[in-house]
Amino acid sequence: MTTTDTPRPVEGKSGRTLSKRQRRNVRDGGLRRAVPATTLLWILAALYGLPVLWFVLSSFKPAGDLFSLPLTVLPHNPTVSGYKAAWDSANFSQYFINTALVCVITTILTVGVSCCTGYALAKYNNRWLKFFFICILATTMLPSEVMLAPEFLVVRNLGLYNSFAGIILPAVLTATGCFMFRQFFLTVPDELVEAARIDGARELSIFLRIMVPISRPIMLTLAILSFQWRWNDYIWPLLMLNDPNKFTVQIGIQSLVGAQNINWSVLLGGSVISMIPLILIFLVFQRYVMSADINAGLKD
Amino acid sequence: MTKSAADVSVRPPRKRRSTYTLAPLVLIAANVVLFALFFVWPAVIGLVYSFTNYTGVGAFQFIGLDNYQNLFGDSTFYDALIRTLLYTVLVVPLNFVLSLFIANLVVSKQAKGASVARVVFFIPWLISPIVVGVLWRWLFGENFGLINYVIEKLGGHAIAWQSNADLSLGVVVMAGAWWGTAFSMLLFIAAIKNVPVSYYEAASLDGAGPWRQFRSITLPSIAPTSFIVILLNTINAMKEYPLFVSLNNGGPGTSNNLLVQYIYQTGFNRGQIGYASAASFVLMLILMAVAIIQLIVNRRVENR
Repeated sequence: MTTTDTPRPVEGKSGRTLSKRQRRNVRDGGLRRAVPATTLLWILAALYGLPVLWFVLSSFKPAGDLFSLPLTVLPHNPTVSGYKAAWDSANFSQYFINTALVCVITTILTVGVSCCTGYALAKYNNRWLKFFFICILATTMLPSEVMLAPEFLVVRNLGLYNSFAGIILPAVLTATGCFMFRQFFLTVPDELVEAARIDGARELSIFLRIMVPISRPIMLTLAILSFQWRWNDYIWPLLMLNDPNKFTVQIGIQSLVGAQNINWSVLLGGSVISMIPLILIFLVFQRYVMSADINAGLKD
Repeated sequence: MTKSAADVSVRPPRKRRSTYTLAPLVLIAANVVLFALFFVWPAVIGLVYSFTNYTGVGAFQFIGLDNYQNLFGDSTFYDALIRTLLYTVLVVPLNFVLSLFIANLVVSKQAKGASVARVVFFIPWLISPIVVGVLWRWLFGENFGLINYVIEKLGGHAIAWQSNADLSLGVVVMAGAWWGTAFSMLLFIAAIKNVPVSYYEAASLDGAGPWRQFRSITLPSIAPTSFIVILLNTINAMKEYPLFVSLNNGGPGTSNNLLVQYIYQTGFNRGQIGYASAASFVLMLILMAVAIIQLIVNRRVENR
């Protein structure tokens, strides 16, 4: 795949004068265009935000008020009883700890392994490296859901059934991670590597001492993505884990949904609790996700 | 003379290359092992088992193409396949249009408060598919949901969001598009920002309106990203499972069972590993066909 869009060029003076005239044009018709655009944007934002808002507000209603008509937007007597019931029942706190543990370990491994692979793919030129690059590309076409049964047998034969290692290890290799790092290291000038070589640095110490430190922003972006993927994983942990003490949050929530009579109060509380970690992480590290040129990795 | 000169220019890089085999090998070693263990090995035994009657334990026999023959005579499999394709055909374009439209609005300077709105658009993506299913189930509950309540308040009749198979699929399509918008939007925003501003300036001097600019400049410039978005979303839609499980559990009845659910049930609830592997391979072939078709189309569009 070749890229047709060129990066925005740094323009000289001619561009400046042009854009000044342009700005005046915009200002003339500015208000006429700004009002509908802003309205449209906020109507859409409301459409996207309202389901979440309704969900979260409902979770603060006491169990008895959930279905009482007329439905009210704001809870009359807000309570956290649903949250409390969810947290106390069905080992939810244990699920939370399990999920956090799995997510953190997988994320650390993913970032480390992707960084190494991305660097090798970007800075070395070997035929078998190119072949491996295509292999990684193929994994995007072959998600583990497609090979559910055979992959289950492999992990079982490795003796990893019903252990956290069984959900961590198969998730470590991600094409997106490798591509993100490859793309980043391609932008690092080769002269940096050459200069270090001339100074007598060994290959792996160039990587560890120079390349790893400068790739920190990519590491953070991938860490957030990886954490999100693993936190939301459902089908693989469901297959791998048999012991209720090892279940993850998503399995816990699904077991509430799958019950004969859904206890909505507990379900709403549990669901909102499960959303909190990712939303917190996102709000803190928003910049790294939003400005990330994720497509760069996928496009090449 | 010319020959030796050519030799000289060729030799050094070749020599340099051979010096650095150990370092890259060490660097990719972990991923090579993982790739072999969790991709090559399952793919190989999956292919082998798809020709057997293996049940996960004990001995098995090779039964040739029987699994595939049974699969194509199995109406449940066909239903699941058609439902999966229908879901994909509905959700991918909806997601594409919504995310491209929103990306344009967010990038455009006319819309105020875009940075705050962008966070709002992003929140659905942070919610897990299971919880997204719960959320939309809560919203579209037939007797208790907000949507039906509002419809009844406005004088309409409650709509059978759960007990009508097609409407139920429609709710999942909406939920899927709602959830997936953020990531596609992120890709589109990056692509639109990479289009040189001078193109738009020249076009607006020539009197091109916003729609014309979008069609003639933005759309062709972001074609590679559009391709990636469609490809990733198609693959994701074809393997959708958790969203259906928590929203309607493949129901009403079994009418909205998708392929992955079918594979899961035959393989793990009924223990027919060989049969499930055959179904997996059909799904894999479909995904590969989709990828190849899209690659060809993309090449053709780019070469035009």
